[in-house]
Amino acid sequence: MKVLAAMSGGVDSAVAAARAVDAGHDVTGVHLALSTSPASHRDGARGCCSLEDARDARRAADVLGIPFYVWDVAERFGHDVVDDFVAEYAAGRTPNPCVRCNERIKFAAVLDRAIALGFDAVCTGHYARVVDGDLHRAVDPRKDQSYVLAVLRPDQVARALFPLGDSRKDVVREEAAGRGLAVADKPDSHDICFIADGDTRGWLQQRLGRQPGVFVDAVSGEPVGAHDGAYSFTVGQRRGLRLGRPAADGKPRYVLDVEPVSGTVTVGPEEMLAVTTVVTGRPTWCGPAPELPAALGVQLRAHGEELVGVVEGDHAALTVTFGDQRPRGIAPGQTAAFYDGTRVVGSATINATRA
Amino acid sequence: MFWVGSGSGPLSSDRAGSAGAAVTLVPMPYLDHAATTPIHPRAAEVLAAHLGVTGNASSLHASGRRARRVVEESREAIAAAVGARPSEVVFTSGGTESDNLAVKGLYWARRAADPRRVRVLASAVEHHAVMDSAEWLAANDGAQITWLPVDATGRVDPATLRQMLAEAADEVALVSVMWANNEVGTVQPVAELADIAHEYGVPLHTDAVQAVGQLPVDFAVSGVDAMTVTGHKLGGPIGAGVLLLGREVDCVPVLHGGGQERDVRSGTLDVPAVAALAAAAEVAVKDQPVRAERLRALRDDLVARVRTAVPEAMLNGDDSLDPSRRLPGNAHFSFAGCEGDALLMLLDARGIECSTGSACSAGVARPSHVLLAMGQDEARARASLRFTLGHTSEAADVDALVDAIGPVVERARAAAGMEPAVR
Repeated sequence: MKVLAAMSGGVDSAVAAARAVDAGHDVTGVHLALSTSPASHRDGARGCCSLEDARDARRAADVLGIPFYVWDVAERFGHDVVDDFVAEYAAGRTPNPCVRCNERIKFAAVLDRAIALGFDAVCTGHYARVVDGDLHRAVDPRKDQSYVLAVLRPDQVARALFPLGDSRKDVVREEAAGRGLAVADKPDSHDICFIADGDTRGWLQQRLGRQPGVFVDAVSGEPVGAHDGAYSFTVGQRRGLRLGRPAADGKPRYVLDVEPVSGTVTVGPEEMLAVTTVVTGRPTWCGPAPELPAALGVQLRAHGEELVGVVEGDHAALTVTFGDQRPRGIAPGQTAAFYDGTRVVGSATINATRA
Repeated sequence: MFWVGSGSGPLSSDRAGSAGAAVTLVPMPYLDHAATTPIHPRAAEVLAAHLGVTGNASSLHASGRRARRVVEESREAIAAAVGARPSEVVFTSGGTESDNLAVKGLYWARRAADPRRVRVLASAVEHHAVMDSAEWLAANDGAQITWLPVDATGRVDPATLRQMLAEAADEVALVSVMWANNEVGTVQPVAELADIAHEYGVPLHTDAVQAVGQLPVDFAVSGVDAMTVTGHKLGGPIGAGVLLLGREVDCVPVLHGGGQERDVRSGTLDVPAVAALAAAAEVAVKDQPVRAERLRALRDDLVARVRTAVPEAMLNGDDSLDPSRRLPGNAHFSFAGCEGDALLMLLDARGIECSTGSACSAGVARPSHVLLAMGQDEARARASLRFTLGHTSEAADVDALVDAIGPVVERARAAAGMEPAVR
């Protein structure tokens, strides 16, 4: 197959490309330039869009002996991922930009272009597996990234290659070192790649400005403090609230709800975070649409635990009802990913929750 | 056939010039001579011959004198090749350094002589080595830049320069206009521009990197005050170049140190590279008329056949194809509805090497400032591809391109609807 390997400059995508080469594919490496004004070097464990990362990706491609190019997707990424991220927070929701990037950039814009240019598949360093055409969790539960891939349609899954899904991370690092890839000891990237210093609140403040509002206690109904912007808070958050008045019972309070229009952030005790039901928008099924209602595994955040929920609904919206094991701190905007065993059934974006 | 390294195309050994220990490997089909042209076998031979010889050209002992003799003979050879006096040849590390030295050095010297002279007039289609040097002076050292506009072919109108100088000649530090453009190959009326600059007492620098070996270039006849030349565009080694600097022209150094080159440029001279540069310049200039004629015929064939294969292809630059107006080895097209980077990748996969014309740090192609200055829109600028011929080019290179270009354009056009970069 002619395979386009997306190479971030990190260890995972480098080894993934190497394995695609070993598998006998005709591999071309591509680094996706996501920023119109990339920083010259990488800062700690964040990001993947500095010039240093582009160079690391190029060096890995050299070692593998594959052609290498940089594709400029900065404009599209800015619009579909970064602007979307800001708009979601402004609307009081909590987006997952990695899900958005896979949905709209890596397995949409980039995949489509690759196919048009004559490639058969796109290879990435995601930890996930495709077994008999179905998307599955990776074997290493700590590295499994199937959650951020649950937005892929069957045609996208069919064009995806995830060579790392059968491996543990430490094995991948060893393999990188053994292959002479200089990125072997590069730190894992985490956080949000386009927020270089990791200060999401400060980054949002620069873009959305000061929007003063109040904290209201859900139990007493009283205002308990003021803040500079509801977008800085996400459901389930406990730290950094700086509430003026302590709760009557002295226990910590958590963000229960964010209402961007009035700027009201509702806070309350931990037990009020639990939800019985989430309501989503339109689902994306990674394979054939399941018969509904169905009891499925449900994961509500990256690296979150898998719960059991009864999923009902149709092509336009889903309702997921949980049993005794209730999720806590679930924010609109987050992705609900559905599983049947290790198989990824699909996903949908959460629009509302019910206690 | 050789395969060298990975991801690089096949290298043709039948065209490999073997000279002593040095072997030149020319990828085929190689249509990117304006980026760098294969080293001439004679230059490779000279380079290899001097690499093992000890001697600092500034040393006073016998080894030093031996090295100095090589440098001075090289200086004389280069001066003879480009119509300059030996004392006007300042060795540098190449085009970028020569451009920096000319723009900054002339600016500082002229402003020191008269503090009113802070204006830099440069064409809007200069290489980044000139543009960014001027921009740096503007950002850090009080310069004011006026970009000289160009017409749709990329040429500066001498009347525009005259008008700008007439307005405020006593504020102008220097004029910089390239001899021939690296992207679209347009030849500037450099001698005429130099005459006009001199009428107003202003020095003119020209970046002649693309011109030497392609066109007749004579420093003295052109009348320019400073001229940039680099080795690797004329069959010499990469990393060796020259700034031709008129004897009466004051220039403040950029690199400080031992003052080896006329106190204008410091640094121990790279004797093997200097010798190889001289060898290459001699050959390039001696063969220039014959080679230019041959390349022009090849290029005209390339243009005609690409236009037949892709009727909508638009030739950028001067379409008269006259060597006094366009570099003989340059062809530059826009393929409407395509992205240049997709075209380049598809051709590269077929072993055909060319350029989108402008690269940048991360390898992300930005729309060329040259095409934008010529009045083209971003879409056309992004759809462009440059093919440049040089001394190793043959009809087979053109044949390969012509065979590939139709299907490649068709495929790139299909991908363009999904272009991630443009929305």
